[in-house]
Amino acid sequence: MKKTIIYSLLFTIATAFTTHSGGIYKTNTGNINFYSHTPVEDITADNHKVKTAFSAENGKIQFSCLIKDFEFKKALMQEHFNENYMESTTYPKATFDGTISSISTIDLGKDGTYTSTVVGKLTIKDVTKDVTTLGTFTVKNGLVNAKATFNLNPYDYNVSIPKMVAPKISDSIKISIDIDYTHQH
Amino acid sequence: MKIRSIILYYLLSVVFLLSWPSLLYAQELSLLEEDESSTSDRVIATFKTNRIVNGHSIETVAKNEFDFKISHRFGVLNQGFYDLFGLDQATMRMGGDFGITDNINIGIGRSTVEKTYDGFIKYKFLTQTQNTESVPISAVLISHIGINTLKWAQPERDNKFTSRLHYTHQLLVARKFSTNFSAQLSPTLVHKNLVESNEKPNDIFALGFGARHKITPRTTLNIEYFHVFPNQLDINAANALSVGFDIETGGHVFQLFFTNSTAPFEKGFITDTKGKWNDGNIRFGFNIARVFNF
Repeated sequence: MKKTIIYSLLFTIATAFTTHSGGIYKTNTGNINFYSHTPVEDITADNHKVKTAFSAENGKIQFSCLIKDFEFKKALMQEHFNENYMESTTYPKATFDGTISSISTIDLGKDGTYTSTVVGKLTIKDVTKDVTTLGTFTVKNGLVNAKATFNLNPYDYNVSIPKMVAPKISDSIKISIDIDYTHQH
Repeated sequence: MKIRSIILYYLLSVVFLLSWPSLLYAQELSLLEEDESSTSDRVIATFKTNRIVNGHSIETVAKNEFDFKISHRFGVLNQGFYDLFGLDQATMRMGGDFGITDNINIGIGRSTVEKTYDGFIKYKFLTQTQNTESVPISAVLISHIGINTLKWAQPERDNKFTSRLHYTHQLLVARKFSTNFSAQLSPTLVHKNLVESNEKPNDIFALGFGARHKITPRTTLNIEYFHVFPNQLDINAANALSVGFDIETGGHVFQLFFTNSTAPFEKGFITDTKGKWNDGNIRFGFNIARVFNF
């Protein structure tokens, strides 16, 4: 009887350890920038309130940010972005759900710079598309910085752009991601 | 038997319901806990621009932005084709609003009607919030001054400069009820330093009402009405009623409307409106707004 209790206790502890080993890296203050370049106008905005996490265990990585948290230099532009293009009251969030393909080659216990493709599904305005990009992971003192850039076409995500404004908005908008993850214990 | 099967059914459903969230969780392990932020956010875009039609909306221009405005009202429609439905005549105001801060705006303008120069100071002291409904409305105080610069009608009289002045003070209270619908109430006091005769009041009280309904993300249908409380104006005076569209094209907002008023400044359209809608005594007009950043 005693033995069973001890064994089950040991088992519980062991499973607790395995589920937590490696652990989760996350932040609520990640940065995403987008940059649209055309000969007529450059448009850029930053979101400093990106929620993101990845699992060192299986390489699963997720992002979620509120559209209204993108900050523009021009207040009117920010209003139009939310009101006309992104319709942020109807579609408040953009999310990414994916995998760091070669998580096993990243030694999160050792300082250094590692690269891995990241594949997953990006959802903007309820439209989900596959995205593949190269992520750079820099480990330093237990902190992980992740950077990635990729381009997307607003027309793919149900963003309607009137003909008059079309020359001002690039059909290849550069998305730059810069995240400082901290380890969750 | 029947009761027992019902109980069993309920028990099963409870067990199923209880296990449901954990099933979901197991399927797509979410790393991000969804703590729906309880932060209160300022409501934006209650109206497309800082005018509903003639009168101000609770919108302000942002700090260091200048909103240049050209406002036209043509002649009355009911003169028919001879005047091309009023397009032969026009009154206009040229002016602009400037953001000292996001909530404090000043503005100046000049209208052809009574060669009026006007200026105002506008202070948004309350901004509606969403998520947590701590502030259900937006509210603005605005004071206008107008200077009539027409030549004196009776130059031989002892005319004082102060006689040229009139003031309008308004409290604007608005709420964005949904993405598409916003409404505003505007209690208004117009003060004229000089009136035609002793019987006429210097202070005139009115209540403005405005609303907008969004038709597409870039166009809205607007309506605006100023009710002047009775026994203050001439019998032939009318309340200003305007119906129009806002069309927003990025940097510009075009407002196209029909109104029975002539003057594009507060004292004018609130107290000097004569046209009656049911006589076809209305005008086509437009405002063009263009925002510049400094």
